[in-house]
Amino acid sequence: MNNMQDIIATLNMIDKQHLDVRTITMGISLLDCCDESVEKVSEKIYNKITKKAEKLVEVGEQIEKEFGIPIVNKRISVTPISLVAAACKESDYTPIAVALDKAAKKCGVNFIGGFSALVQKGFTQGDINLINSIPSALACTERVCSSVNVASTKAGINMDAVKLMGEVIKKTADLTADSSGFGCAKLVVFANAVEDNPFMAGAFHGVGEGECVINVGVSGPGVVHHALKECKGQPFDVVAETIKKTAFKITRMGQLVAQEASARLGVPFGIVDLSLAPTPAKGDSVARILEEMGLEVCGTHGTTAALALLNDAVKKGGVMASNHVGGLSGAFIPVSEDEGMIAAALQGALHLDKLEAMTCVCSVGLDMIAVPGNTSAATISAIIADEAAIGVVNTKTTAVRIIPAVQKNVGDMLEFGGLLGSAPVMPVHEFSSESFIARGGRIPAPMHSLKN
Amino acid sequence: MKAIVTVTGKDTTGIIAKVCTLLAEEDVNILDISQTVMQQYFTMTMLVDLENSKKSVTELSEALEALGKTMGLVIRTQREDIFDLMYRV
Repeated sequence: MNNMQDIIATLNMIDKQHLDVRTITMGISLLDCCDESVEKVSEKIYNKITKKAEKLVEVGEQIEKEFGIPIVNKRISVTPISLVAAACKESDYTPIAVALDKAAKKCGVNFIGGFSALVQKGFTQGDINLINSIPSALACTERVCSSVNVASTKAGINMDAVKLMGEVIKKTADLTADSSGFGCAKLVVFANAVEDNPFMAGAFHGVGEGECVINVGVSGPGVVHHALKECKGQPFDVVAETIKKTAFKITRMGQLVAQEASARLGVPFGIVDLSLAPTPAKGDSVARILEEMGLEVCGTHGTTAALALLNDAVKKGGVMASNHVGGLSGAFIPVSEDEGMIAAALQGALHLDKLEAMTCVCSVGLDMIAVPGNTSAATISAIIADEAAIGVVNTKTTAVRIIPAVQKNVGDMLEFGGLLGSAPVMPVHEFSSESFIARGGRIPAPMHSLKN
Repeated sequence: MKAIVTVTGKDTTGIIAKVCTLLAEEDVNILDISQTVMQQYFTMTMLVDLENSKKSVTELSEALEALGKTMGLVIRTQREDIFDLMYRV
């Protein structure tokens, strides 16, 4: 039999350290749902999703019970809607978002991602229509998530798209002001977006993917934190090794769940996303791991180095535990969803500029950050441009999920509740980027040699 | 299919007897038992074989959990694969 200590250790990870599988996400291609009218597309989409994902939640719950592993979310990602709706005569795609929302509710999943467009080099009419539909689509749906890829290492940065997205974020915040700007929590602006990401709000089913696929995202900041408590004062070699070993165990569990779900649903297994995704619950924080390494508060000098080590060790440990790794893979730093980050921001230890530096070495980007409601669209676009530049130059995925807190200012809090948590409104630079953003055009793709 | 049954809680008389009786009634074969008591805290892990079991692993898990509640114990039943994979390369 397995070692009794190992068995008890696993139970403790689940009971006391918040070990869980964060999401089973079914990716569904909607390329065969194209039609000339939005109404017909909506009908086809609804029928396809509800058929393919009919058993997703049921199977997820079965696996949860049999293995005793919590599976927090069951979700769906679909082909970017700008492609699916490109042939439609109408320019407002909101009804398609409504159909996605209805399908999500019918299947019992809590989010559906893919109200998306990929415009890193330029816009098609379908892309423009989709982007213009985002504010109303997010305002009148509950579970639909949207993302727009505005830059890539190969194409450079589409500054027209960056400008547009600043305006779209402002409009979305205004339309969903009653729910703390919840629409913006479901909207991500990417550079180098990946096609197989299982995590929301940025999940979509890329065109290079198959008909239907199962991707799994694991998580366990609490487990890593607990393991690091055992190596207080030891050199970083020991810290890295400890994280690697822990990440291996966490990922192994995700791999098992992914394989089981794939077999039971009769859908191919895609990837396991090796992630440390925090929640607002105490003891489930990435910031607290960094502090465990010896930082007084997350955000102080040394934070970027600590995060770099953590992110790299998670990947090294996880990669051997799964036969296919993909998605975003790394540590996430969403401010509102991480109890330690919230505390650090409230203490004034964690600023936007430090978070930007942290995104150079970790999984995604400026995530779930509330800024004052009077922040201009141009300033938001400039924040997106900075973040995209980091992604493009460093050949990594970066993203911005930012929430202008309507009629609120620095020091106020935005409350979302649930996994999305609460965000302290953080200050932005007050000097203008207006003329910079007004230029438009494209920032060329960077050199891939002569690296310095 | 094999599963691991874990029993934790305050030690009282007859825990093993009651758990084993339930397992026997459901035709679940016990392959291995390991048990310890630390500061009156009872911990037992069992490897069981469900090949001839009358109940599915989920049903058995629910039955054992209910039995545990009557004795003030937490009883969990999980498929063995999870432990194998986490601790073996």
